[in-house]
Parts: sequence; C-alpha cells; structure tokens
Amino acid sequence: MSSAAGSAPWDLFGYFADHRAEVLDLLWAHTWLSVLPVVIGLLVALPIGWLARRYRWAYPPVVSVSGLLYTIPSLALFVVMPTLLGTQILDPLNVVAALTLYTVALLVRVVADGLAAVPEDAVQAATAMGFTRLQRLRTVELPLAVPVIAAGLRVAMVANVSLVAIAATIGIPQLGQLFITGFQLSVTGPYYPPIVLGIVLSVALALLLDRSIVLGARLITPWQRVSAAR
Amino acid sequence: MIRFDAVSKAYPDGTVAVDELSLTAPSGQITVLVGPSGCGKTTSLRMVNRMVEPTSGTITIDDRDVTSVSATDLRRGIGYVIQHAGLFPHRTVVDNVATVPLLTGTGRRQARRRAIELMELVGLPASFADRYPAQLSGGQQQRVGVARALAADPPVMLMDEPFSAVDPVVRDQLQQEFLRLQGELGKTILFVTHDIDEAITLGDRVAVLAVGGRLAQVAAPADLLATPADPFVAEFVGRDRGYRALGFISAEVAVATEPTVALGAPVARAHDVAVDDWVLVVDDGQLPQGWLHLRAHPDGGPGPAPGDPVTPDLLNLGGTLSALGGTLREALDAALSSPSGRGVVVDEDGRLIGSVRAGTVLEHLHAATADPSAQVRP
Ligand SMILES: Nc1ncnc2c1ncn2[C@@H]1O[C@H](COP(=O)(O)OP(=O)(O)OP(=O)(O)O)[C@@H](O)[C@H]1O
Ligand SMILES: [Mg+2]
Repeated sequence: MSSAAGSAPWDLFGYFADHRAEVLDLLWAHTWLSVLPVVIGLLVALPIGWLARRYRWAYPPVVSVSGLLYTIPSLALFVVMPTLLGTQILDPLNVVAALTLYTVALLVRVVADGLAAVPEDAVQAATAMGFTRLQRLRTVELPLAVPVIAAGLRVAMVANVSLVAIAATIGIPQLGQLFITGFQLSVTGPYYPPIVLGIVLSVALALLLDRSIVLGARLITPWQRVSAAR
Repeated sequence: MIRFDAVSKAYPDGTVAVDELSLTAPSGQITVLVGPSGCGKTTSLRMVNRMVEPTSGTITIDDRDVTSVSATDLRRGIGYVIQHAGLFPHRTVVDNVATVPLLTGTGRRQARRRAIELMELVGLPASFADRYPAQLSGGQQQRVGVARALAADPPVMLMDEPFSAVDPVVRDQLQQEFLRLQGELGKTILFVTHDIDEAITLGDRVAVLAVGGRLAQVAAPADLLATPADPFVAEFVGRDRGYRALGFISAEVAVATEPTVALGAPVARAHDVAVDDWVLVVDDGQLPQGWLHLRAHPDGGPGPAPGDPVTPDLLNLGGTLSALGGTLREALDAALSSPSGRGVVVDEDGRLIGSVRAGTVLEHLHAATADPSAQVRP
C-alpha cells in the first residue's frame, strides 16, 4: 500500500495525507454508527424508564434485565443480529440495532433514576396546580431529570464509539478498519501509522461527542448554572 | 365555604390519618388546622383538592361535591401553597408565578404581566422576575409560593405550613403581610400549621386536631385560649395561654405623659426632667429614639457629663413600642421590656403619645375581666 509514508507511529499524518478520502469516509461512518443508536436508544428508553419509575414493582426486573443485556459480548450480538432481523451480514443496520440495544439497557435505569431524582415537592406542586400527568412529565419531570439523563448519555455515547470499532471484525467499515489494515500491513515488522491514526481519531470523536452532550445539556438547563454559582 | 362531612382517610398500610372529620371553613375567612406532627393536617388539606381520596365521607366547596368535576379542573380553581414552597427549580420566578394562567391558556405576555403584579403584591421586587428559585432566600421563596397560588385568583386557597421554613422574624413579617393581603382579597382559606401561635395570630377560626386525625376543638382563637375543650387542647395551646389571651383584649389603658429631651440637647436638660434617672429621647419629629440613663453604672457612678449633648450612642435601645389602641399584650410587653419600666406608646405614625407602666396594664386587665362588657376583639 503506502510507499511515501514511513512506518513510525507518528507518521499518521503521512498516512492520512495518502488516504484522506478513505479515512474521512471511515470517520463519518464511525460517527453515525455511534450517534444513531444513542438517539434511538434514548427515545426507546424514555417510556420504559418512565414505566419503571411509575410502577415501582417494575423497577427491579427492568433494571436486572437491562443489566443482563449488557453482559452479552458485542461481537456475538453483531453476529446473531442478521438472524434476528433477517438482514445481510454486512448490513450496518446490524451494528445500529445491537448498539441501540446496549444503549437502551444503559439508559432505562438512567431515565428511571433521573425521574426519581426530581424533587418530590416540585412534582407535588405541579399536581396540586392541576397539571395532567403528561403535562407534568413533559414540563416538570423530564426537564428536571436532564442533568442525570445527560450524564448517562455521555457514558452511552463514549461506550458506543469504542464498541463500534469491534464491528470491523465482521467487515462493517468504520475507524476500526484502520486497526485491521495496520495489522495486515505488519508483515515484516509492526506497521503503526493506520493503527495510531485510528486510535487518535476515535478518541477525538469520543471527546467531541461527549463535549457536545455536555454543552447541549448546559444549554437547556440554565438553572443549573445559577445553583452551582452559589 | 369548604365543608368536611364525616370524612375519614385510612392509608393502605392501615394508618388512620383522618377520623370522621366534620368541619366548615366559612367563605372569606381563614380557618386554621393546627395539631402536632402526623395528626393528618396535610392529608385533610389534600383531600380538598383530591390529591388524596377520602376513604369515606364527602367534601364540598360552596355546596358542590369536589368529586363532581375532574381533578385537574378542580385543582386549577384552588390555590395551593405547598409545604417548603415547592417551587419549580428550572423555572424563573415570573414563570413559576405564571404557572396556572399559562396552564389554562392565558397568553404569555398577559400571564407575565399579571405575575409581576402579584410579585409586587406579595412584596417581591420586579427585578427578581428572571431569577431562579435557587437564587432566593427561604422567605422570598415562600412569597413566590404564595404569589403562585394567587395567580389564577382562586376563591379558595389551601396553605400547608407556608411560613414554617423561615426564621421567626421573617415569619412574623410574612404573617402580618399575609393578614393585610387577606384583608384586601377576602379568600376562603384553609391554613395548616403545627404552631399554635401562628394559628392564633392568623385564624378567624382554629380547628385543633389530635394525633389519629381526631378533631378536638373548633373555636375562635380567644375562646380556644379561654376555654379549651379537653386536656389535650389545654396542653397543646400551652402554658403561656393566659399571656397570649391578652393579645385579644384592646388596651384602653390610660397613657401617662412622658417627659422627653430632644436628640442633641445638653445632658443637663435631661437632668431637669428625668424620672427615676431615665429620660426618653425623641427626634425632631417626636419619634422615640431610646432611653437615656443618667447614671451609667448601677452602683451610682458618674453618668454622662451635664455639658455634653445627647448623642445616639448614649441611648439604651431596649423596649418595644406599643401602638395606641393595640392589645394589652403589646402594652404589657412594652412596659416589661422597657429599661425604665415605662412602656412607650406611639400613634400610628410612630410619634410619641406617652407611656404606661406594667402595674397600670394589670389594673386595667383586672377591671376588664371583672366587667363582662369589656372589649374582647372578635
Ligand atoms: N402515603 C401515605 N401512606 C401511609 N401513611 C401515610 C401516607 N401519608 C401520610 N401518612 C401517615 O398519615 C398520618 C398523617 O400524615 P399527614 O402528612 O397528614 O400529617 P401532618 O399532620 O401533615 O404532619 P406534619 O405536621 O408532620 O406535616 C401520619 O401518621 C403519616 O405517617
Ligand atoms: Mg404536613
């Protein structure tokens, strides 16, 4: 493959310059494969988490089942997804579905705990003033649960960025592909540049997505800043 | 008018929180539910707006059963001040106050304007509008809680220990402002407290609940102090009830003339008019400033030099002021707390009228209680 670039680890820039379009494609694929499951996972986890909070008896089973889900190795999940969904083995949908499952597993508990952390006085006040259950959820409970939910989202997001890389082993292209390329090129001796580039880019991606969640949460919770300032 | 008719509440775990409660809260008046912790006050209050459903019995507001409308409609028509204010931490003060109008479809601008008016009504500067609850003191939060409950101008208000989370000085102030407000608004109020002093200060009628949700007595505050119905009530209204009862008798006590010196006058002038070595010092507007003692030490050492002017730092600031036409309790308190033993009586603008001694107050009390036509305030 590369001729111009050397094999020293810091030569990732050379490698990047030579494979610019390909690496950017991988980066983009990695990004949406990480983000999409978090978005869908959150939407699915919200009602389940709410149910687990609303009906207290449902909380322990929901939390243990979702905890169990997380112990299934991701590679196994990627492999069985085609059978479950009837998709092609190379369909990125498998990865999205598997990671959505993990995200739901993680966030159900977060949502339930976030709702439980809403000050009881505020909930009682909303009820006393004649909010319907849905109005109360939408305008009081969910906004007040944002800090807890955002913290859970950060964990899910960063976990997804690293889990996505594993999908390279089943041939779905994203940054994990760079590790495999590096490994394949290491015939006469270790060939670092694509590996280091893959690490640098996925860490950068994880940091960027993490920051975006922090910033987004801060933007919609202006009251948090004033209480922190006191 | 809110009416409880043989209302009981047993929680699923078997706790009987309210037992066969029958009680009427008349329109336009403050009815206080008072009792020790856990006696079912909050439960009783929450059965009115159906946050708690009674096990048996009926509750009516102006002769309409509360179950005849949907719970949300019922609640939007009842102001509720929750224990510990219960403000929405994620909403600004003005948005907290505007909650119910916004909920019932009032336009944003109008709801905001109304909210600012209400803030002013409860003594909050409009500049607080865009603060969050976490940026307010406890007393200010309680005011927001009251303003929020008033926002939809409900005829009926339920108030659950609205002033309990603040220090006694602020509580006193909130209570007085609340009474002034009620004088203007004339709402039908059911007010919960565990503090008998608060109950007596605020209530037109006071209902004493015993643990187990049993109604022990309903009476006007003065009657409650004068004739407790049973040992529980007697114990609950407490040892100072004789002194508290003085708060319901107007002081028509003869006021004696009190000689004064003006601030800045030479101390020698004070010597001419002092009674028992004490002289009351007033300013140009006849507002009492404090007492001047002409002997600095109890052992009779030298007092301030006769040639010096009377300055504020020489004054003893002890002694409460009693308003003319106030109660015997205020008059007695002024006399007992005054370093000279003479309680300062002022007019409504705070200007000096004269002084009373404790003995005079007690003589008046003696005459008042002997004479059945003595003035007892309703
Ligand atoms: N949801 C509930 N389930 C079971 N018992 C309850 C429930 N709510 C209140 N109780 C019990 O009912 C009794 C009355 O409670 P309530 O809250 O009405 O008392 P309170 O007079 O308001 O007390 P406090 O002055 O402490 O606020 C208490 O013994 C309490 O433990
Ligand atoms: Mg209570």
